[in-house]
Amino acid sequence: MNVIEFTNVWKKFKVGRKFNSLRDTIPKLFRGPGIKKGELKENEFWALQDVSFNVKKGDVVGIIGPNGAGKSTILKLLFKILAPNKGKISIDGNVSGLIEVTAGFHPELTGRENVYLNGTIIGMRKKEIDKKFDEIVEFSGIGEFIDTPVKRYSSGMFARLGFSVVAHMDPDILLVDEVLAVGDMAFQAKCSQKMRELLNSGATIVLVSHNLTLVQNLCKRVILLEKGSILKTGAPEEIIRDYQDIVYKKSEAELKKQLNVPDYKVQINKDTLVKILDVSFCDGEYKNKESFNIDEPISIQFGYDAKEIIENPTFSLDIIRADGVLCCSSNTKDNGYLIEQINNKGMIKIDLGNINLAPGIYLIKLSIWDKDMIHPYAIRKKDIFRIETAKFGNGATPVFLPEIEWGSLNKIEKGF
Amino acid sequence: MTNSSLLKGHAVMFEELFRYRDLLWMLTLRDIKIRYKQAVMGFLWALFMPAIAVLAGILVKTAISIVSGKALNVADALSISVKVLPWTFFISAIKFSVQSLVGNKDLVTKIYFPREVLPLSSIFACLFDFIIASIALTIILTIFRIGISIYILYIPLALVFLILLTIGLGLFLSSANLFYRDIKYVVEIIFTFGIFFTPVFYDADIFGKYKIFLLLNPIGSILETINSAVILHQMPDMFWFAYAGVFSTSVFIFGFFIFHKQEPLFAENI
Repeated sequence: MNVIEFTNVWKKFKVGRKFNSLRDTIPKLFRGPGIKKGELKENEFWALQDVSFNVKKGDVVGIIGPNGAGKSTILKLLFKILAPNKGKISIDGNVSGLIEVTAGFHPELTGRENVYLNGTIIGMRKKEIDKKFDEIVEFSGIGEFIDTPVKRYSSGMFARLGFSVVAHMDPDILLVDEVLAVGDMAFQAKCSQKMRELLNSGATIVLVSHNLTLVQNLCKRVILLEKGSILKTGAPEEIIRDYQDIVYKKSEAELKKQLNVPDYKVQINKDTLVKILDVSFCDGEYKNKESFNIDEPISIQFGYDAKEIIENPTFSLDIIRADGVLCCSSNTKDNGYLIEQINNKGMIKIDLGNINLAPGIYLIKLSIWDKDMIHPYAIRKKDIFRIETAKFGNGATPVFLPEIEWGSLNKIEKGF
Repeated sequence: MTNSSLLKGHAVMFEELFRYRDLLWMLTLRDIKIRYKQAVMGFLWALFMPAIAVLAGILVKTAISIVSGKALNVADALSISVKVLPWTFFISAIKFSVQSLVGNKDLVTKIYFPREVLPLSSIFACLFDFIIASIALTIILTIFRIGISIYILYIPLALVFLILLTIGLGLFLSSANLFYRDIKYVVEIIFTFGIFFTPVFYDADIFGKYKIFLLLNPIGSILETINSAVILHQMPDMFWFAYAGVFSTSVFIFGFFIFHKQEPLFAENI
């Protein structure tokens, strides 16, 4: 049985903020004919285009997608806060969300009064709250402060109390937006415990999150959104891989665009003594490519063109991750590779071997320095390579994924 | 939408509103508590605005009596009080409800519940003030031995009309103010001068045959009905009383209809 049915749902939004006033609207009434329902006026865009999906009772469905794909719009439609422009949404059962939960709090009222107020706002009956009140207070850890006006609460207490109310509602359909990060470790443990309880209780859950580990662990089915339409629906492993591809391609394109800004090309010396040219990446078999698997050896080749003789130059390499983290660097001087002089054109090769960088996009910075690395002759920072996601690891993003072996040391344990 | 599905839509709306009655109660309680919690005057607050208005009314009436040469009696002063209370309830309820959606922006954009409860709770909180003030007024009327007549039985119905009118107008104006923020100012201007166009400080009868224009304003006919029944011990003018009833009920239905129709658009236009 479907508890949520989205049938060809379209939703449009206005770009920018438009303040309405009677003064502006009354003249507008006398102007030309209106625009039909399904068309866009200027400053409007489709946030969702022809989105259809069903959720069965007891399903745990994840919705992922890059920023601006329409995830929050779907959530708001499910919450009935927004209404679609076209299409039909039917929802069977009461919906609750582990979302922004302090919206109904009033600072002048006490914790107790706010629990009742917020509880009824999310659709609980007063009797229901009476029954669960002690549990809610216990869960929040507010204790004796429950009769203090919430304006005197710390922001942590505020959020904890808000979450506790929502957590004690028994919804048929639960919407979870992002992972809750309120309170200290102990409170978060309580939250995940509550979440697990809800999962086991057979509630239908729709999870919108950037935390891919959570999505993978909890969801049976994942919907991938991009630019307002459903790209794909399927098992988490498959969809998450596609999603990461999209994200990487997007950030790669952004990075490239950024690097093409002329500022980056400015050379240190105006009369460029030496230039770095033709940077290329190769795998173990010296085939040119830009994307590598995680366990492939990588080497970099580049050419230089020196107009004059440069004595004892030092070549340097930095590998920088897309988010700006310097992952590793190396130079010929420290490496003990001495170059007596360069003149005219030449090629340099750098073997990184099995560097085991984690999947992601990396930028390399190549530079040529004088002997003591005081003064750079040339810097080039615009070449990108990519490590593909061969398989999906955990949510954290380490720099390196070296092969690590685990084992047990039973013997020593016995010795203790 | 066909007629029957429209009716069904409204049945669902009232059913939902009924399910959220605890919320309506809690929000009303919130509005009352906040008003009284940090106020020095506490419950006297409910009497303050009507008391000032009554004083203003007595001043106006004294001026009229000087001009006309008729002496001012106690019944005249009491008649002002009886009319001022419903009037102050009406204007403060509308003022609060106009702001109720825009003022609770966080709730409107984040959580679903029937939005009708927001203007309704503002109105009910003002109704609480009205009840407090009415109790005080009843005591005063007893002290001055104004007496009671059979016509007092019209009062509950008159108050129902007043409340229906207030709810209908409050719902309509609160949703209108969400789309057009200058509605609030229009309402304020109308209310600032509204008391001159409504028979609060004077009786409609002093205008003779032109009193129709004052009674066409449903608040005017309701106030005259209340005055007849409580102070004058007369049968209220049935024509104008019925007129007020029909008008108020129509405004009530119209307000709910417009509000419900616009409700899905609130979150993105607020």
